[in-house]
Amino acid sequence: MKQFLVASLLVISALAAHAEERLRLATTTSTSDSGLLAAINPAFEQQAGVKVDVIAVGSGKALTLGRNGDVDVLLTHDPAAEEAFLAEGAGVDRRAVMENDFVIVGPPSDPAGVAEATSAADAIARIAKAGAWYVSRGDKSGTHVKEQALFKAAAVAADGKWYLSAGQGMGPVLQIADQKPAYTLADRGTWLALRGKLGLKLLYAGDPILANPYHVMSVNPARHPNTNVKLAKAYANFLTGADGQRLIGAFKVDGEMLFRPTASH
Amino acid sequence: MEFFAESFARALHLILSADAELVAIVGTSLSTSCAAVLIASVLAIPAGIGVAITQFPGKNALRHGLNALMALPTVVVGLLLYGLLSRQGPLGSFNLLFSPLAIVIGQTVLVIPLLWNLVWTAAQSADPRIIFTCRTFGAGRYQQARIVLHECRRPVVAATILTFGRAIGEVGVAMMLGGNIAHYTRTMTTAIALETSKGEFALGLALGLLLLLVALLTNLALSLLDRRSE
Repeated sequence: MKQFLVASLLVISALAAHAEERLRLATTTSTSDSGLLAAINPAFEQQAGVKVDVIAVGSGKALTLGRNGDVDVLLTHDPAAEEAFLAEGAGVDRRAVMENDFVIVGPPSDPAGVAEATSAADAIARIAKAGAWYVSRGDKSGTHVKEQALFKAAAVAADGKWYLSAGQGMGPVLQIADQKPAYTLADRGTWLALRGKLGLKLLYAGDPILANPYHVMSVNPARHPNTNVKLAKAYANFLTGADGQRLIGAFKVDGEMLFRPTASH
Repeated sequence: MEFFAESFARALHLILSADAELVAIVGTSLSTSCAAVLIASVLAIPAGIGVAITQFPGKNALRHGLNALMALPTVVVGLLLYGLLSRQGPLGSFNLLFSPLAIVIGQTVLVIPLLWNLVWTAAQSADPRIIFTCRTFGAGRYQQARIVLHECRRPVVAATILTFGRAIGEVGVAMMLGGNIAHYTRTMTTAIALETSKGEFALGLALGLLLLLVALLTNLALSLLDRRSE
């Protein structure tokens, strides 16, 4: 019995010694599903000697986690919601990190004629008119918010048998769109990362409304004093600093850059 | 504890006010499971009776095979069917994946071994003199089967109720083949599994309570059947 207690004490202390400081980052599924964070976070982890816990849930949910103080730092792409977040005092130190754009993808046969659309709103109008399957993120993510703006601009109701609200991340939604087959709005990063496995085709891009900027914000330490303030700032500095920006720009799939670094110095 | 009590109260409110989303989810569960049990019954009940009253080589092997299929984890069934139904698979041209029909197919495939096995056992427990008597009167194979089915109708009904309970309560197949799409393939089990982590705890609780109710009702039905057969 005594040996057992000693042994378990040794194991527990060994585990405790190994427990590193952890930074909790809430972010969108696009930064995670595209493989970006897996590519750039190790550099920060090594530099700072910490572990970054990536909680990828979609911008809406990420901001909620930040509001509740469940995470230390946020990387999201919903500018309107981010500004509201700052205004209500839930976050501080918002900085531009990178951007890409949204694209509309769909079945190669393009039953709704999206490839001929004159604008993003027109593309949505064509899909609704044809009653072609459309899969929505349905999870209040940055992508979902952008989609809602497009539907509003096209004066189309997000309703009807053809509209599928998946309530899931970009990866699963692309999979569902691949199988139905259906149209969907995707961020270019995740699209480039996953298109090799899908039978979908990029049908529309380029409308300025489809621009997709990402910002980093720290959770307000005045509201939630036990968040990891120092580490959050270090991570924001990493993302917007020379090293992070270089790594973001270097992250390519098939030779194409997924996210364009936008931090100003 | 307060969080739980608060969520419980909200769950009850969702149920009592017949919340639209809740009703849609319950409706999807009921329609897919009923369809699956119906198809499974049409196939497995005759199969179960037929196998019970017929002698053929490999009967033992079939019994072992059915037992093995029953023990298969539902996610494995989901995985195999996913491969079959996906765009790149052999049945891909039908675009069945992520639709209610895919869930029905999955649940049917899942419960057929169970129902077949249960009906076989039920038919075996029928008085063996019945078959002998039938044959003596010149009854053909089909008539023998009908008489045996009538003889063990209560255990067969019980088996069907049990099968329904299995179908409506499983999550692996519905999740992998359905995709948990709102108002389309979101069943009670997939909603609990996937919506809870998104903060829809009250909804999850409400659905959990309803599933408990389904379990209680099926058990009640089974025990009533049991008592009447005494």
